[in-house]
Amino acid sequence: MPKDNGIGASTKRREDVRFLTGHGKYTDDINVLHQTYVHFLRSDVAHGKITSIDTAEAAKMPGVVRIFTGADFEGVGGLPCGWQVTDRHGEPMKEPPHPVLAQGKVRHVGEPIAAVVADTLAEARDAAEAIMVEIEDLPAAVDMKAALKDGAPKVHDELSDNLCYDWGFVEENKGAVEEAIKNAAHVTTLELVNNRLVANPMEPRVALGDYNRSDDMSTLYTTSQNPHVIRLLMGAFVLGIPEHKLRVVAPDVGGGFGTKIFHYAEEAFCTFAARQIKRPVKWTSTRSEAFMSDAHGRDHVTKIELALDKDNNFTAIRTETYANMGAYLSTFAPSVPTWLHGTLMAGNYKTPNIYVNVKAVFTNTVPVDAYRGAGRPEATFQLERVIDKAARELGVDPIALRKQNFITEFPYATPVAVEYDTGDYMATMAKLEEIADVKGFAARRAESEKNGKLRGLGINCYIEACGIAPSNLVGQLGARAGLYESATVRVNATGTISVMTGSHSHGQGHETAFPQVVAEMLGIDESMIDIVHGDTANTPMGMGTYGSRSIAVGGSAMVRATEKIINKAKKIAAHLMEASEADIELKDGAFSVAGTDKSVAWGDVTLAAYVPHNYPLEDIEPGLEETAFYDPSNFTYPSGAYCCEVEVDPETGKVTVERFAAADDFGNIINPMIVSGQVHGGIAQGIGQALLENCAYDENGQLLSASYMDYAMPRADDVPFYQVDHSCQTPCTHNPLGVKGCGEAGAIGSPPAVINAVVDALQSGGHKVTHIDMPATPSRVWAAMQG
Amino acid sequence: MKMSDSREIKAAPEVVWAAILDPEVLKACVPGCTEMTGSPEDGFEATVVQKVGPVKATFKGQVTISDMNEPNSLTLSGEGKGGAAGFAKGGADVKLEPTDAGTMLHYDVEAKVGGKLAQLGSRIIDGFAKNMADKFFQNFQEAVEGPADPDAAPEAEADGKKKGWFKRMVSN
Repeated sequence: MPKDNGIGASTKRREDVRFLTGHGKYTDDINVLHQTYVHFLRSDVAHGKITSIDTAEAAKMPGVVRIFTGADFEGVGGLPCGWQVTDRHGEPMKEPPHPVLAQGKVRHVGEPIAAVVADTLAEARDAAEAIMVEIEDLPAAVDMKAALKDGAPKVHDELSDNLCYDWGFVEENKGAVEEAIKNAAHVTTLELVNNRLVANPMEPRVALGDYNRSDDMSTLYTTSQNPHVIRLLMGAFVLGIPEHKLRVVAPDVGGGFGTKIFHYAEEAFCTFAARQIKRPVKWTSTRSEAFMSDAHGRDHVTKIELALDKDNNFTAIRTETYANMGAYLSTFAPSVPTWLHGTLMAGNYKTPNIYVNVKAVFTNTVPVDAYRGAGRPEATFQLERVIDKAARELGVDPIALRKQNFITEFPYATPVAVEYDTGDYMATMAKLEEIADVKGFAARRAESEKNGKLRGLGINCYIEACGIAPSNLVGQLGARAGLYESATVRVNATGTISVMTGSHSHGQGHETAFPQVVAEMLGIDESMIDIVHGDTANTPMGMGTYGSRSIAVGGSAMVRATEKIINKAKKIAAHLMEASEADIELKDGAFSVAGTDKSVAWGDVTLAAYVPHNYPLEDIEPGLEETAFYDPSNFTYPSGAYCCEVEVDPETGKVTVERFAAADDFGNIINPMIVSGQVHGGIAQGIGQALLENCAYDENGQLLSASYMDYAMPRADDVPFYQVDHSCQTPCTHNPLGVKGCGEAGAIGSPPAVINAVVDALQSGGHKVTHIDMPATPSRVWAAMQG
Repeated sequence: MKMSDSREIKAAPEVVWAAILDPEVLKACVPGCTEMTGSPEDGFEATVVQKVGPVKATFKGQVTISDMNEPNSLTLSGEGKGGAAGFAKGGADVKLEPTDAGTMLHYDVEAKVGGKLAQLGSRIIDGFAKNMADKFFQNFQEAVEGPADPDAAPEAEADGKKKGWFKRMVSN
């Protein structure tokens, strides 16, 4: 019988009651007395020199409180970058300043030039129209390879060129890889594009800065995945506000997908301006602004080579990638194409020699940073596409080729510096073949062909490194922050519990899943436990939620804090029962003395802690509240096998996803229903990337796809019903829950499966198509079919 | 975007040349133009109200005329700023060649848009620009030689022959 409480129960998401009935409290729902509104005047050119800004007329307009320009931010810090990458030659990456409001130059469409603060939003917008900005147009650097050529327009004049860094990984492998490729029986080469995406969370970003003169306290309400990180970056590096005078609150957040990790100019602006004008300042992004100010994702151009010996064993992988940074370095941008990408290039395979080269490029486009999967989807896409291409060139079954090269012994140290602790790739593949009914494909293809359609089946395997991250390791790799997580477990007198966590839920279901862990450990009902998150004032310093880290790192901190609670509660229970502490057992919410029928209920112990009339005050303090910080010793390595079946209409090139199956190994699972939901959402985003979504710029750096008329998000009728399985479980060996994390898997595993299926379908129709770039729109597919 | 086309106008190149440099003619011919002042030497100041897909805006801008080779060729270039709607800028190389019927007018237009116009209107901007150019030269042709449909120009019929208002003006 399925459990209905604790770890493994599919407890329904308690937060959904408020989300689905319109009772969520989002940042835009917060309004403060005497609040003003800011409208940002943004650049409509990609690159130019600001020759003058005249705000005189605008300042006289009704309702205007103050107009800010870059000049107001002289002496104020720029937006910091949280990760420094060292290049192939031992040099640090180039790190140009990233001003809050443009200083002297504009470098991408959407960059804020001036900010009008007014009594109402309409007045702010009207006044912005009256600001006279003169910009001398400069030619724009848009295409990455062109941007690296001599004489290309320079995004940052003070730099020698547009190259942020040229990263080699592992540089010492380079010679051996070249040798292996030279000696290979077969080399498959593939050039591909990983398309630029816009995350598009349902809730656009919002920032509300408030300042209280009486205690010199600044408060920022913001749509963030990591309020403590924002407080640290903004307080220490941008505005110089000490942490005890700065509170950051991220209440209900309507989706993040990575794009709400970063510290943005609008957050710093609202906090800064509120201190200047002594009134609250609120900004709510429009959808149009979101397209040109939220950090974008992906945008890699890659050449990958896979070398095989005469028996089809992989012998080497070499990649060369151009990664778009956009105009400025967003908070974690440099880490995405390097440490979150190069380290995953071994995939699920025992390839002995791997070399990854990444050139990060500045262009006159919106900054690019982590988006669901962040680096790992880019690694998986190129690897799984080139394996599929190799199988077709060699005339072998793509599943058999993968199986032959799977890593089968763990722990496994890859040639790209990580050590997988556990996994069973044969098991997930076997499960996939079962749930996807791979055997039945031939019959389904015949049926499609009868209807005039081409049918294809695409396989993909993935490995990801999540549970981010061991602080000492990432510190060596250039991270400028630790990546532990924290939890405070506060037991109340009557035995109910509040868990304050540094993790942040923006749709993941923490408020449901986290209590399941504590309930399991204490043997009490989940309903007795609440999760508190999102406010630096009442949660311990934590690093937030991204990189599928919350249950693996935040959950582990919660386990450690709960263990401390149990230890202390046992001491209290021992005193109450006049027994030895070593004999106390906790089971089903009661403490008992081993081998006796003596027991004391959880609530009696907690009451004793707060009403210490009969209490060992000489040995232990009253109260029952413990905090733990957990720093993982390794990444976690979820893995899986995905299968996509598509139909292609040869008349129009339209691709429809007919079936999609996912067999994942997430280690132990807290709430299977929530895990399935995470996988469903990730697959939808992956299908979106593969078939629909593309962020396009023209050659002048004008953003062309900045509304839902031009940027195609996946809708319900674009995705099939999924077969999702996570019964293959090899528990993580180094965290107390044995969990691996599941938030990004769907988005990592699905795009290559879709494109592999499209290529398979086209080849079945006799078309000599070996690759098709994402998104595989009808026009691209149709053009490919015409040769 | 780029486009080229040509049109035959039933008037001598000199007449066409004079018309193309006349702010009143331009005001009447540029679709949505509400104001046009200035001179060929100093350039023109124009205000144009236009709707591109979902974006409606008032564009204010300058038009300059260069490379004047009377009455054979000239270059028009201009930039219009539409505030929150973004901007449009472009140029047209215009050539006039005498023909039996009058003048063959060739034009090569290059146009760029930016800001919200590009973000929301990129799919429709090519069609829009072509439509604008077509309308402009249609209006221009009519202004110079009279409307193609005689019913639309009762005064011209009363005169006994078709005549554009510009032609009438210069011939009076």
